Amino acid sequence: MSTPAFTLIGFGPEGWGKLLLLAAGLTLVAAVCSFALGSLLGAAGAVLKLASSRSLRGIGTFYTTVFRGIPEILVVYLFYFGGSLALTRLMHLAGFPGFFSLPFFIIGVVAIGLVSGAYQTEAYRSAYLRLERGQIEAGKACGMSRFVLLWRVIAPQTLRFALPALGNIWQSVLKETALLSIIGLIELLRQSTIASGATRQPLLFYGVAALLYLVMGQITALGIRTVEKRLARCWGR
Amino acid sequence: MEPIQSATGALSASPVISATGLTKRYDALDVLRGVDLDAHEGEVISILGASGSGKSTFLRCLNLLEVPSGGAFNVLGEDVRFRMKGAERQIADARQVNRLRSQVGMVFQNFCLWNHRTVLQNVMEGPVHVQGRNRHEVREEAEKALDRVGLLNRADYYPSQLSGGQQQRVAIARAIVMRPRVLLFDEPTSALDPELVGEVLKVMQGLAAEGRTMLIVTHEMAFARDVSSRVVFLEKGTVRVQGAPQDLFKGGMDERFDRFVSHFSRQG
Repeated sequence: MSTPAFTLIGFGPEGWGKLLLLAAGLTLVAAVCSFALGSLLGAAGAVLKLASSRSLRGIGTFYTTVFRGIPEILVVYLFYFGGSLALTRLMHLAGFPGFFSLPFFIIGVVAIGLVSGAYQTEAYRSAYLRLERGQIEAGKACGMSRFVLLWRVIAPQTLRFALPALGNIWQSVLKETALLSIIGLIELLRQSTIASGATRQPLLFYGVAALLYLVMGQITALGIRTVEKRLARCWGR
Repeated sequence: MEPIQSATGALSASPVISATGLTKRYDALDVLRGVDLDAHEGEVISILGASGSGKSTFLRCLNLLEVPSGGAFNVLGEDVRFRMKGAERQIADARQVNRLRSQVGMVFQNFCLWNHRTVLQNVMEGPVHVQGRNRHEVREEAEKALDRVGLLNRADYYPSQLSGGQQQRVAIARAIVMRPRVLLFDEPTSALDPELVGEVLKVMQGLAAEGRTMLIVTHEMAFARDVSSRVVFLEKGTVRVQGAPQDLFKGGMDERFDRFVSHFSRQG
């Protein structure tokens, strides 16, 4: 007689519940780190793409074109094999034979962060372009330095305009972390695969994984919508 | 609110703002072709002119929102420093310009209040984050300034919740709370519905009566005639004629000016 489903996904000695929740936690951490890295890259990318120098704009465009144009799974592969190869060569040069690889987590976060950064670049750039000129001029007119102007006027307004797009990007980053299962990171999808294999109950565990992705996505989306609503009040439209 | 006093007696004799041969060129277009203007302490100067005469550009040059292409320029006794980059003139010392701007208040045609801050935050922003003054003191002064423009009861509103006239009065409060030595108004009533013009002009009239130094680009002929101490008429980027309003508006001093004024009074 097979073990009941409730026991399998529970927290008892035969249950996978604890492992699944831990894996979901790792998914969430990987997503937050990737998104944060992407925010930094996106802000830098937007500055490049808005620069007056043509070569700086070129660098920004190259970045967004490449990382929006390659399938994400390929970016993950390239970083995994490229990163390991580079590290192995480096270690050989230093006199350590054998095969070396970077931690899965770091490779994954960098790969997904770079892709999300390319999308965030566009979100920040188009948000900046929606800023009214007068908002910036009013800051200049009262003597704000470039830094104060950026910090007190440009950044908050750009962020507010970018928020809906950033919400979408966050949702897709959360889902893309599933790609990290292919390089061996035991995140939610990978853990579900392991559990399905051990119990021969794939539908049950993939179903639970799907539910967990949905719950994480919806809770964060709700948070973003709340912030959006609060901010919308001051724009009155 | 106390009237502004000059720091030294000697300073009041020299102009607050002095422009000599100011020019501004956009590509092939000469917007300003050499404007001379001295504004002394306590003067209220109305700058009139048809659209395209360069009056707004001139005003925007005075706090360097536009960088003049040529000419010398002195604010509060300091020569503004420029440098050349290729054929283009640039601000040489951003710190100097920011320091001068914080003493030159600006009121825009489209109010330009910061959308993401409340009325009170808008007014407190400059003193706290530019001048680095104590937040509690600034708050008191900001509330006084809002009270003065009749909007203390709207302190916690966002700009989008106010009428145009109210927004412009907040913008004036935002400018005066910086304790500026001179106030610039760039068509402050042009974006307003006619019934809202009066409340803004009334506030400006109060400021003028206090002895503040003001330069106002405007189409309000009655205001220019009754409130200002000097009227400057710009045409095609130069000063066509200037003088006391009672002399100019009497007519017969300059044919073009008379035609300009009659055109406006016909429009009503």
